[in-house]
Amino acid sequence: MAAHTQVEDQAEHTHHVVPLTVYYAVYVALLVLLVATFLVSKIELGPFNIVVAMTIAVMKMILIVLFFMHIRWSSHMVRFFAGAALFWLTIMFVLTLNDYFSRLWFRLPNT
Amino acid sequence: MATETHAPAVEGHGAHGGVPYLHHHFDDLAQQRETTSLAMWAFLATEAMMFGGLFLAYTVYRSLYPQAYVEGSHHLNTVLGTVNTFILLTSSLFMALAVHAAAMRNRKQLVLFLVITWIFAAGFLVVKGFEWTADYHEGIMPAVSWHYYDEPEHAADVQRLAHYGIRPNHVMMFFVIYFCMVGLHGIHVLIGMIIIGTLIVLSSKGLFTDGNDQPVEISGLYWHFVDIVWVFLYPLFYLIVIRQP
Repeated sequence: MAAHTQVEDQAEHTHHVVPLTVYYAVYVALLVLLVATFLVSKIELGPFNIVVAMTIAVMKMILIVLFFMHIRWSSHMVRFFAGAALFWLTIMFVLTLNDYFSRLWFRLPNT
Repeated sequence: MATETHAPAVEGHGAHGGVPYLHHHFDDLAQQRETTSLAMWAFLATEAMMFGGLFLAYTVYRSLYPQAYVEGSHHLNTVLGTVNTFILLTSSLFMALAVHAAAMRNRKQLVLFLVITWIFAAGFLVVKGFEWTADYHEGIMPAVSWHYYDEPEHAADVQRLAHYGIRPNHVMMFFVIYFCMVGLHGIHVLIGMIIIGTLIVLSSKGLFTDGNDQPVEISGLYWHFVDIVWVFLYPLFYLIVIRQP
């Protein structure tokens, strides 16, 4: 073929075929994290139980998004769209929880 | 490897010399792939916002009545929840393998992996069915079968909770949130099964192993998203600290 245009190069890029070993490794990692989540929940850590549980859940999510959903090999545009989802979620959580958690600081009379 | 023959990037019409699955409104395959991917991710973003709203409700209510959550979580079957997480993670693996098979144009493998994915998905719903049947009989299903805390043999539980300022209604709220979130997720699993079932039928006819593997790929994106939602639901509902209040 003639010299690849940028668009045709992108065709190669967006059609990246992932080696199977990557999938198997990610799967094993996910199972390890599952066992870890389960075991850690049996230990009493007070407020840190939820922190550890969510940290592990986020790690699993990152593995699934990066490798199973191919973000690792995706174009900037696709990554931007994926990141946008997280961005909007963050706004919703941060602003709403700011509201709820600060209600205790500024009590009105009779509330 | 993109070995399809396709027209060089001229304006408009890819019909001549383009592959049959290159739609006319795209300049070339790369653009079609990218657009299809972006479209699915945009949809997943809306799905994330939908579940996100429910997760937010969970968070607010849990911050207000943490003991009610510990109590509610104790009614749930942690073993079955863990088994279900394993089931969904495994189905995700086989979906990824199916996407790979489609890219490699291996029809038999594609169908096999899709079928295995589907079976695991069905397994998830079967386990969920057992769980919810038990919940129904135990009397912790709001609006449908709520009588656990009304029973005389559980009066001690009601007293124990009252010590923490929790009434059975607070625990009911936990279960409202539980059944709404896990139920909505279950509906998504069911929809996923319909999509994968359709893929099985069409891929057995060779539709996705001629280079047009995108439908399988974006279905995979949907399925992985459903898996991610469960990855968060599992610890939030089933793994609240083991020690009862």
